[in-house]
Amino acid sequence: MSLTCLLSSELILAAILIPFVASIIIPIFHRAPNCREAVTLISALALLVVVTDLVPYILSGARPEVLDLDVVSGLGISFKVEPLGMLFALVASTLWIINSIYSIGYMRSHNEPRQTSFFVCFAVAISSAIGLAFSKNLLTLFIFYEILTLSTYPLVSHKGNNAARRGARVYIILLLGTSMIFLLPAILVTYNITETLDFTPGGILEGKTDNATLAILLALFVFGIGKSALMPFHFWLPSAMVAPTPVSALLHAVAVVKAGVFTVLKVVIYIFGIDTLSSSGQADWLIYFSSVCVIAASLIAIRQKNLKARLAYSTVSQLSYITLGASLATATSITGSVMHIVMHAVAKITLFMCAGAIYVAHNKTEIEELDGIGRLMPVTIFAFFVASLSIIGLPPFGGTWSKWFLAIGAIDSGYYFVVAVFMVSSVLNVIYLIPIVSAAIFKPLPGTKDGEAIKLKEAPLACVIPICLTALGCLIMFFVVDELYNFIGLIDFNVGVGTGQ
Amino acid sequence: MSAIEEGFVLKEHLPALIVVVPMVVAAAVAMTRNNRVAWAASTIVTWALFVFSAMLLAEVTNVGEISYSLGGWPPPYGIEYRVDIVNALILMLVSGIGAVVMPYALRAVDKDIHAGMHPWFYCTYLLCLCGLLGMTVTGDAFNIFVFMEISSLATYVLIALGRRREALLSAYQYLVMGTIGATLYVIGVGLLYIVTGSLNLSDIAGRLGPAMSDHSRSVMAGIAFIFTGLSLKLALFPLHFWLPNAYAFAPSFATIFLAATATKVAIYVFLRLYFSVFGAAISFSQFPVVEVILVLSLAAIFTASFLAIYEDSIVRMLAYSSVAQIGYITLGVAIANKAGLTGSIVHLVNHGLMKALLFAAVGAIIFRVGTDKLSKISGLGFKMPVTTAAFVVGGLSIIGVPSTVGFVSKWYLGVGAVNAGLWPVTLAIMVSSLLAVLYIGRVIEVVYFNPVCERCVKVKEPPLSMLAPIILLAIATVYFGLDTSFTGDIAIKAAEQLLEGLKQ
Amino acid sequence: MQVFEIVASYYNYAITIFLMLSGLYIVIAHGNLVKKLIGLALFQTAVYLLYISSAKIIGGSAPIIDERFAVYSNPLPHVLILTAIVVGVGTLALGLALVIRIHEAYGTIEEDEILKDMDKSEYCGRKVEGHQ
Repeated sequence: MSLTCLLSSELILAAILIPFVASIIIPIFHRAPNCREAVTLISALALLVVVTDLVPYILSGARPEVLDLDVVSGLGISFKVEPLGMLFALVASTLWIINSIYSIGYMRSHNEPRQTSFFVCFAVAISSAIGLAFSKNLLTLFIFYEILTLSTYPLVSHKGNNAARRGARVYIILLLGTSMIFLLPAILVTYNITETLDFTPGGILEGKTDNATLAILLALFVFGIGKSALMPFHFWLPSAMVAPTPVSALLHAVAVVKAGVFTVLKVVIYIFGIDTLSSSGQADWLIYFSSVCVIAASLIAIRQKNLKARLAYSTVSQLSYITLGASLATATSITGSVMHIVMHAVAKITLFMCAGAIYVAHNKTEIEELDGIGRLMPVTIFAFFVASLSIIGLPPFGGTWSKWFLAIGAIDSGYYFVVAVFMVSSVLNVIYLIPIVSAAIFKPLPGTKDGEAIKLKEAPLACVIPICLTALGCLIMFFVVDELYNFIGLIDFNVGVGTGQ
Repeated sequence: MSAIEEGFVLKEHLPALIVVVPMVVAAAVAMTRNNRVAWAASTIVTWALFVFSAMLLAEVTNVGEISYSLGGWPPPYGIEYRVDIVNALILMLVSGIGAVVMPYALRAVDKDIHAGMHPWFYCTYLLCLCGLLGMTVTGDAFNIFVFMEISSLATYVLIALGRRREALLSAYQYLVMGTIGATLYVIGVGLLYIVTGSLNLSDIAGRLGPAMSDHSRSVMAGIAFIFTGLSLKLALFPLHFWLPNAYAFAPSFATIFLAATATKVAIYVFLRLYFSVFGAAISFSQFPVVEVILVLSLAAIFTASFLAIYEDSIVRMLAYSSVAQIGYITLGVAIANKAGLTGSIVHLVNHGLMKALLFAAVGAIIFRVGTDKLSKISGLGFKMPVTTAAFVVGGLSIIGVPSTVGFVSKWYLGVGAVNAGLWPVTLAIMVSSLLAVLYIGRVIEVVYFNPVCERCVKVKEPPLSMLAPIILLAIATVYFGLDTSFTGDIAIKAAEQLLEGLKQ
Repeated sequence: MQVFEIVASYYNYAITIFLMLSGLYIVIAHGNLVKKLIGLALFQTAVYLLYISSAKIIGGSAPIIDERFAVYSNPLPHVLILTAIVVGVGTLALGLALVIRIHEAYGTIEEDEILKDMDKSEYCGRKVEGHQ
C-alpha cells in the first residue's frame, strides 16, 4: 500500500496529525464504544501506512523536512526525518496497533471507567511521540517531549484512587522537574554556545567549547532527560506502574522511555557528535555511571514482589544499556543502542501485556501468586518465556543482537569491563525473570491436585493475539537483523558522510 | 472625499482619541438608566479602542514613532503623547483584553452587581480603561500621574462594588496604599522637575545628565521616590500586600480585567522610565539598582509561589501567582540584555493573556458553583469540562510548558540569564516553575480526581457569552505559544528600542 | 551664620518633609479609618507645598506678560497642583464614601474591630501589614 499522491512533507505532517485528529474525533463517539475503538484502530493503521511510506525516502538517502514555525525568534517547530527517528516512529506506530487491540480487550473485560479519555490521551501521546521522532531541532523535540509527559499524566492517574494519584504526582514532578531544571538549561546553554539547535550530523558543539563545559552539558542532558530513567531519576517509572497495563506496556516500555533514550541518542549523535564526545573523553564518567545503573537496577528488580514493579526495574536496567551504548560513542555501540531500542521494545511490551493478561484473567499482580498459572494460561506464559529469553539475550531471539553489538562496541573502544557488566546483567536477568516462568509452569496450582484436569482460562482473545504477535516479533527480529543493521547504518554520524561508518 | 478626509483626521488624532473616547462615553454611560444600553455602548467603545490600538501599532511598525501634541502645544511645553513600538504593544494588550472580556460582562455583571448600578459599573470600567490607556500613551511625567489616579480611583470603585463586605475594606486598603504609591511617584516627579525644569519624558532624559552633576542627591532621591511609588502600583514584592485581597473580593469581571492589565501598565511605566529616561541619562552601574531589582524579583517569585501553594481559594492563589509572575517580568529588567528584556516584554503580554484566561475560568466556576474554594469544587472537571480544560491550559502556561505562551517568556528569560552568565538565576527560573506545577497541580487533582461533590452535581457549563471569551483566550494562549511571529517579534523590537538608550 | 542661611533658604523643604512624615505616620499608626484618611490628605498636601514653593521665584510677579516685568513666577507647578488638588479631593471623597459604607456593613470604623469581626472569614494579610 502506498500513498504516492502525497509528498514526503505531507506524509510527515500526516503522521503527526493522524493520531492528533483521532484524539479529537474519539470523544465524539463517547456513547458508541465500537465506533470509538474503530477510530483508534483506523487511525493506528493509517499512521503505520504513512510512516512506512516514508521509509523509501530514507533508504534513498533523502532527509525530507517540513514546516518552520517560529516559536521563539529564529527557532521553532520544524520536522526532518532521519533514520534514527524513522526507526523510532516505526516501532511506536507498529506497536500502537498491537497495543490498541490489546487495550480494547483489556479495558472492556476489566470494565475500566473513563475509557474515552483513556483513548484520547493515548492518541495524543502517540502523536507527540511521532512528533518527537521527526523533530528537526532540539526545541521541537523538547516541546513534544513535554507534551508526551503531560498527555501521559492522565493515563498514569487513570484509576483516580489515592495510589494512582501519588504515583502520578511522582511521575509528573520527576519528569517535568528534570526536564525543566536540567534539560531546558542544557538546551539554553547549547543555544548560547552554538546559536543553533538543529540536529546536525557530526554535532554542533565540536570545537565550540571546552571539555569542562562538555562534561557539564552531558550531565545536564542525561539527567535532564528523565524519561531515560537513569538513576537516581528513575523513580517515576515504578510509580507509573499504577497505570492500567496497556499504558505500562506501550508507554512505559515503548513510547515514553524509548523517547527518553531516543533523545539521549539524538543529543549524543547530532548535538555533541560522537567523535567530539569520544575524543574529549568527557563521557567516561557516564560509562561507569550507567554500568552501575545497569547492575543496580537489576539487583533491585530481583527484590520486587510485584510483577509490574519487577518489569519496571528491569526496564530501568535495560534503558541504562542504551545510555551506556550512547556514552561509549562509537558507531558500533550506537548501532547496538539503537537496535536495543527496537529489541527491548518488542520484548518488554510482550512481558507487560502478559502481566496485564494475567491480571485481567485472574486478577493477580504479585509474583508469588503466579504459582502454576501456566497451566491455566499456557499461551501467555509461553509468550512471557519467549520475551524473557529475548531480554536476557539468548538466541534465537532479537535481544541477542543488540547486546552483541553493544559488547563489540565496548571492546572496540577498549572498555572490557563493560562486557563483564553485560554478562553479569544477563545473569541477573535470568535470576529475576526465569523463576517467574518456572514457578508458573512447574509449581502446582494452589488448591488443585496433581493430575487433576484443569480448565484453561486465558485472557480475552483481543489480549492474547497481540501477545502472540509480539512474541513472534521477538523471534523474527533475530532473523531480520541484517536489514535492521543496514538501516541503522544510514544514520549520519559524521559531517558530510551520508552513510555513517 | 469627505470620508477620506475624515479618515485622515481620525488617524491623525488617534493617540488622543484613544483616551478621549472612553472618557466621553463613560460620562454618557453614567447617564443612561438602561443596563443593556450601558453594556452595548461599553462593548462598542472597547472594540473601537482595540481597532484604534491596532491602527496605531500598524502605523508605528510601518512609519515609526508618533508624536502627538495635545491641544497643539508643541513639546516640551505642551503635553506630548508619544507612541512607539513599546507602548503600542501595551495599548494592544490593554484594549484587546478589555474588548475580549466584554461579552463575559453581560452575565457576570448581572450576577455580581446590583441591577441599578450597572451603568455606574460600566462607567467606572471605561474610566479605568481610559486611565490605563492614558498612562500608556502619554509622554509626560505628570500626565502619567493624572491618568494613574484616574485608573486607580476607578479601580477602587470597581473593587468596592464586590458583593461581599470584605470588598469594601479591600478597596479602602488599596485606596490608602495606592494613594501613597501615586503620591510618592508625584514627589519624585516634583524633585526631578525642580532640577530639570521639564516634565516631558524625553526632555527630562536629555536634561537629567547635566542635572546629575550638580544635584546628584536630588536626582537620586527623585528616582528612588518614583521607583518606590511605581513598585507599590505594580505590586513588586514586598509591596504587594494590597493585591490578593483586592483581586479576591472584586467582582469577577473586574478581577479579570485588573489582573490582566492594571499591573502591566504600571510595569510599562516602570520600564519606560527605567530605560528611556533614567537609564538613558545616567549610568546605573554605580548604584545597586540592578541588584536590588534582581533580589526582589527572585524573592517575589519564590515567596509568592510558596504562598500560592497553601491557598484554598483559587482566586487568591492566582493573585499570589500574579505577584510571582510580576517577579519574572522585573527579573528580565534586571538581566537587562536583549533576550532578557524581550522576555520581560513578551511576558507582560503573555501573562496578561493567561491571567485573563485563568481568572475568567475561575469567574465562571464562581458563577456556577458560587465558590472558588478548592475544598468545595471537587470533581468539577466532569461537570464543566470546557471551563476546567481552559483553566488547565492557562495553568500549563503559568508553569511554562512548551506550546503555551508561558514557555516563550521563560525561554527568552532563560536565554537572557545564560547570556548574562547569571547561572543561579537560570536555575531559579526553572526551579520556580516547578512550584507552579505544585499549585496548579493541586487544582487539577481536585477537579479531576476527586469524586463529584454534592454542591457540583447539578452544575453545568457557564452561558455561551462567558464561555466564548474563555475559549478565545485559551486558543490565544496556545496560538501565541506556537507562533510568536507577532508578539515575539514586536517584543524583540521593543526590547531593542528600550536598550538602545541605556547608558552603560 | 552659614547654618542660618541654609535654614532660611531651605525651610520650605523642612516643612514639607515634616508634613509628609506626619501624614504618613498617621496613616500607619491610626486604626480609625477616618483618621487614616486625614493622614493621607496631609501627606498629599505636603506634596502640593513642595511644588508650589519651588515655583516661587524671588522678585517674580504673577505670570502675566507685561512690559513692566521681567521676572515671573513659574506658573506650571500651580497648574499641576491644581490638578493634584482635584485628584486629592476625589481620593478623599471616595475614601470617605467607602468609610461610610464600611460603617454600614460592620457597624464600626475602627480597623482592629473590623478585623476582629472578620476573624472567621478568609481575609488575609492583616498581621503582615501590621495594622493591629
